[in-house]
Amino acid sequence: MGRRIDDATMDNVELLAKLTLGQEEREKVRGELEQILDYVEKLNELDTEAVEPLVHILDEVNVFREDIETNGDGREEALANAPRSKDGQYMVPKTF
Amino acid sequence: MEKLCYMSALELGQKIQVGELQVREAVDSCLRQIAAVESSLHAFLARNEEGLEERICEVETGIREGRYSGPLAGVPAAVKDNICTRGLPTTCASKMLEHFVPTFDAEAVRRMEAEGMILLGKTNMDEFAMGSTTETSYFQITVNPWNREHVPGGSSGGSCAAVAAGEVPVALGSDTGGSIRQPASYCGVCGLKPTYGRVSRYGLIAYASSLDQIGPIGRTVADCAALFAVISGRDEKDSTSSGRPLETLKELISGGLKGMRIGVPKELFGEGTDEEVRKAILDAARSMKEQGAQMEEFSLGLTDYLIPAYYIIACAEASSNLERFDGVKYGYRSPEATELHEMYRKSRQEGFGAEVKRRILLGSFVLSSGYYDAYYLKALKAKALIKEEFDRAFEKYDCILAPAAPSTAPKLGTSLTSPLKMYLSDIDTVAVNLCGLPAVSVPCGLDSKGLPIGMQVIGNRFQEKKILQAAAAYEALRGGFTRAGLEWR
Repeated sequence: MGRRIDDATMDNVELLAKLTLGQEEREKVRGELEQILDYVEKLNELDTEAVEPLVHILDEVNVFREDIETNGDGREEALANAPRSKDGQYMVPKTF
Repeated sequence: MEKLCYMSALELGQKIQVGELQVREAVDSCLRQIAAVESSLHAFLARNEEGLEERICEVETGIREGRYSGPLAGVPAAVKDNICTRGLPTTCASKMLEHFVPTFDAEAVRRMEAEGMILLGKTNMDEFAMGSTTETSYFQITVNPWNREHVPGGSSGGSCAAVAAGEVPVALGSDTGGSIRQPASYCGVCGLKPTYGRVSRYGLIAYASSLDQIGPIGRTVADCAALFAVISGRDEKDSTSSGRPLETLKELISGGLKGMRIGVPKELFGEGTDEEVRKAILDAARSMKEQGAQMEEFSLGLTDYLIPAYYIIACAEASSNLERFDGVKYGYRSPEATELHEMYRKSRQEGFGAEVKRRILLGSFVLSSGYYDAYYLKALKAKALIKEEFDRAFEKYDCILAPAAPSTAPKLGTSLTSPLKMYLSDIDTVAVNLCGLPAVSVPCGLDSKGLPIGMQVIGNRFQEKKILQAAAAYEALRGGFTRAGLEWR
């Protein structure tokens, strides 16, 4: 029952997840993740040396189509869902 | 006479088609039931009120003129709130999407509209379909129509509760790890999780794309089959959807049990499964055997590894899929952030609930450099072995019988305290998603608390016919199922 998630790992996972947890929440989640990881490590009992990872369950192969627009512009409609927009564009805070 | 709101979808559709019943009467019966029960049930997040009158007129005209001639034309329905509906809020029961209004319909919804069905509203769910009780919804708690102190199950808890309570005859749900079958079981209704690729996922807000599938919920197997026939089939907009031939509704449910080979995996009936659940399903199996099914107990391997493999894969995919919610193009944006990356992180921190964050964090961890091979790749290898295990079983059997959940509906407020404990309760359902199989949950009894028990019939990929045939035959043997009392209102 190791503690795999030290502070640096937790920082990295939060960064990857694009979350900023509060201190109390962070400790709670860390404990829960450790507990879940302890459990899922049960998979280590399985000998998978000669097993190929299975990503796609169906045999269907990739499907291609011509790149033809079928759904119109919809700019105004789409922008209506944006938290902020200006001059027909999405608006975000300063990026640098 | 049977109260109209409890009539089956197919019977409603048939009466409407021959002019015995007006579309408006069918809709009104549902609206009256909604008005009567919704204030205590809380199954709906949004109601389709604005365009409803116009839609009723349009469908009535269309039926008269022969444009809508399918078995479900004029039949009211509800849709889970992670399935996009043009002009109607689609929130995934999350603060993140509280004000999101899709600009297009999901393909399954488009097909229901093309059938002439009438959409009455959007149903409550666990936030982003992550949960087993519908209690992770940001907005409200849906109660179980059989007992208000219990959960309806999840994540399609709103859809299942609405169908069980007579608010609608049928509804759409989505199933990533049991989210149609388990709440169907808890609410005493039928729910079908189709084969991966059988129903277009276009417009379904993704949770775990290799596992997600949209499916029907109804009070009878035939109603589920009918709605499945409406929504299934190849769609250019979802390249994982399959073009394999489809059966007609009649083909899907006819044939009976005689000669059908059915396997009962003893591992899914062992420790951890309530005695009353076990007994109800084994009793059902016995009655199916008496009708000519060949019933055999067998050993299904690797059941200890189902939950670990499932949660690693599901969370990994969720962490990737939910990256899109960054507060830029849609959804919640934190008002406090002054810089772009701060905006991403604050918006997500404030917009997502605890269970969603937990799964995103777990997914980010198992995909992160240094852990990817040990967790994510390992889970994909376990998945390969689990698939082989089921492939072997389906060499011997047409269908596999299992509980839809190891117990009946737990009490409200008792499940979220331990995430791991909640995950473990998905033991009976997740393998079906890992292997892309179809499975239907059908009610098979009540426990001593009066709560419904669901039996799951699992089939091989694209064998919806076999499981629906078996479930329909069992349902005929069982007879009409007791109805949720709703006495508690």
